[in-house]
Amino acid sequence: MKNIEKKVKNDERLNLEDCLKLYESDDIIKIGMLADFVKKRRYGKKVFYVYNQHLNYTNICFNKCLFCAYSKDKTQEGAYTFSFEDIEKELKKTKDYPIKEYHIVGGLNKDIEFDYYFDMLKLVKKTNPEATIKAFTAVEIDHLSKISNLSIDTIFDKLKEAGLEMMPGGGAEILNDRIHNKLFPKKIGKGRWLEIVKKAHLKGIRTNATMLYGHIETKEEKAEHLMTLRCLQDETGGFTAFIPLKFHPKNTKLSHINESSILEDLKNISISRLVLDNFDHIKAYWIMLGEYVAQIALLFGADDLDGTIIEEKITHTAGAMSQKGLTKQKLENLIKKAGLIPTMRDSFYNEI
Amino acid sequence: MKSKKIEKILTKSLQNIRIDKEEALELLNEAELLDLAHYANEKRKALHKKKIVTFVIDRNINYTNICKSGCLFCAFYKSNKEEKGAYLISKEELSKKIEETKDLKGTQILLQGGINPDLDLDYYLNLLKFIKTFNIHIHGFSPPEIFSISQKSNLTISETLEKLIDAGLGSIPGGGAEILVDKIREKISPGKCNSQEWLNVMEEAHKLGLKTSATMMFGHIESNEDIISHLDKLRNLQDKTGGFTAFIPWTFQPKNTKLDNVIKKSPLEYLRVLSISRLFFDNIKNIQTSWVTQKDKIAQLSLFFGANDFGSTMIEENVVRSAGVSYMLPKEKIVSLIKEAGFKPVQRDCFYNLFE
Repeated sequence: MKNIEKKVKNDERLNLEDCLKLYESDDIIKIGMLADFVKKRRYGKKVFYVYNQHLNYTNICFNKCLFCAYSKDKTQEGAYTFSFEDIEKELKKTKDYPIKEYHIVGGLNKDIEFDYYFDMLKLVKKTNPEATIKAFTAVEIDHLSKISNLSIDTIFDKLKEAGLEMMPGGGAEILNDRIHNKLFPKKIGKGRWLEIVKKAHLKGIRTNATMLYGHIETKEEKAEHLMTLRCLQDETGGFTAFIPLKFHPKNTKLSHINESSILEDLKNISISRLVLDNFDHIKAYWIMLGEYVAQIALLFGADDLDGTIIEEKITHTAGAMSQKGLTKQKLENLIKKAGLIPTMRDSFYNEI
Repeated sequence: MKSKKIEKILTKSLQNIRIDKEEALELLNEAELLDLAHYANEKRKALHKKKIVTFVIDRNINYTNICKSGCLFCAFYKSNKEEKGAYLISKEELSKKIEETKDLKGTQILLQGGINPDLDLDYYLNLLKFIKTFNIHIHGFSPPEIFSISQKSNLTISETLEKLIDAGLGSIPGGGAEILVDKIREKISPGKCNSQEWLNVMEEAHKLGLKTSATMMFGHIESNEDIISHLDKLRNLQDKTGGFTAFIPWTFQPKNTKLDNVIKKSPLEYLRVLSISRLFFDNIKNIQTSWVTQKDKIAQLSLFFGANDFGSTMIEENVVRSAGVSYMLPKEKIVSLIKEAGFKPVQRDCFYNLFE
């Protein structure tokens, strides 16, 4: 630990072994203080948030990932796909709010064609040209290329034309073959995820990166995951934020697994801040952590609280106890009460 | 980055130099939470060399909810026996609750109730004697109850305590302290004993060899100065008697009370006060977390903010539940929370003797 502390203070890079040591340590306060030191070195007391809205255009999905409580078959009760009228309705709900970002992700639904995706983005952009469209994980991009017989590069060109400016970091889960085979064999794995994200970066599309933790993964697999992302970031510099995602077991095929502890939650925030030295932002995703744990995470290395969200659907089907959206006022209060300075941002972390 | 001033105060705590009221206030107002945590954690390690976290198996029996005190922060009481839901526990019910506690390997009964005008000294003595027939430790009657019994029976505090001890009272819980500052008590609990009277009961109890805990309910109308004042009064008495086994701060739960306009304190604010208590009380060995008000996650985290005891499994909890916080932790869950945090869970008795 002393050695790690020294490296952090000297702004030296931590290696895989350091990362594992951090995961093995139960000195949560020390780890938190180190991560907070790095966070403060970069941002002082600032904490970012965005005025955003989530749009989950369909919950119909054939991937059947074991950790998902959200996906449905199209004949199942509650299955839905937004028509363009539905999307207009969703957008109308927030027409009086200063939305700066739409986060658009959905299931892999065989009944939707490429034009739907293209036209959906156009519709969103037309309705609110002020907001950035952050849409489609690498998983959806792979699917689009398959159903349209177009190359990944062509898909990106077309989606950019329709309004795509950024991509979220989902679908990475744990970038590891063992986990892939066990939990999401139908979905793209490590190699393809990295390939698509790299292509996005090369096209000038910035993306986030995530890690779904708290299921069957080992410490080693988490450490490897972080190293893999750091490596790609060295190459492209295209990642904006890293978001550790807490697995919510309820209503999933892994419901026998106990929810990760608050100590694990905070550790994942802190360790990612310490290890991912080339990522600008570490996000405490309040939807999954809950408002109070996310607030605490702001003292353990996180510099971003995500945003207003308006109506979250995915984690709430897996039993999340957080609100489905937070007002700007509430987000700012969470940050202020932690002794920090709320800073509104756009998708690219320009201050507003 | 912590200021030189804060650093100096925090360093003192580890050199076994007492921090004074002003310094504690400075910490409460200015220090960063993780700095407090770090030093509180070190202090805790120095006081508790073994990597264990203790807990007690007991049942909270509230023998009556009829209470004439009318405290503004309370959602539990009924002002008279005619009110719907008002009760005085029956012997049958009491027996059943105690039997169940013993079946769950419980070692004590936490016995507390309202200041019920219909009850006299004999009631309390008989209640204790009856419970003692089950051969179980009684951790009972907070200072406001004892104060009111003594007044009603025209006995001194000491005489009252002697009678209660003879009837089976084994130790006293630290409830009813709220904030030991009279200008606050006059507003939120005008019907209850004042701060000096509360402290007197504890002092007399300690003199008679009774051990007690001490609590603080914060997060209502008190200021940071009031919080520090509270801690200081307890520390001074402890210097004199050494009779406090543990300190238990907890946050006011506003729902269903007359103070429901108060915004509930966040976990960050709770952890701040908890860690400062650890640093301030160089003479009280144990700091107990409050899972009843903070729930499992924050209670677990609090083990790194100075707490070394998980409190009671509370087979039953009624008072905080009336204020809209309904949360139960079975023993197995407490044990696993402690283990997950890297500590060995050990059951204890009221005097912090370990069952290893």
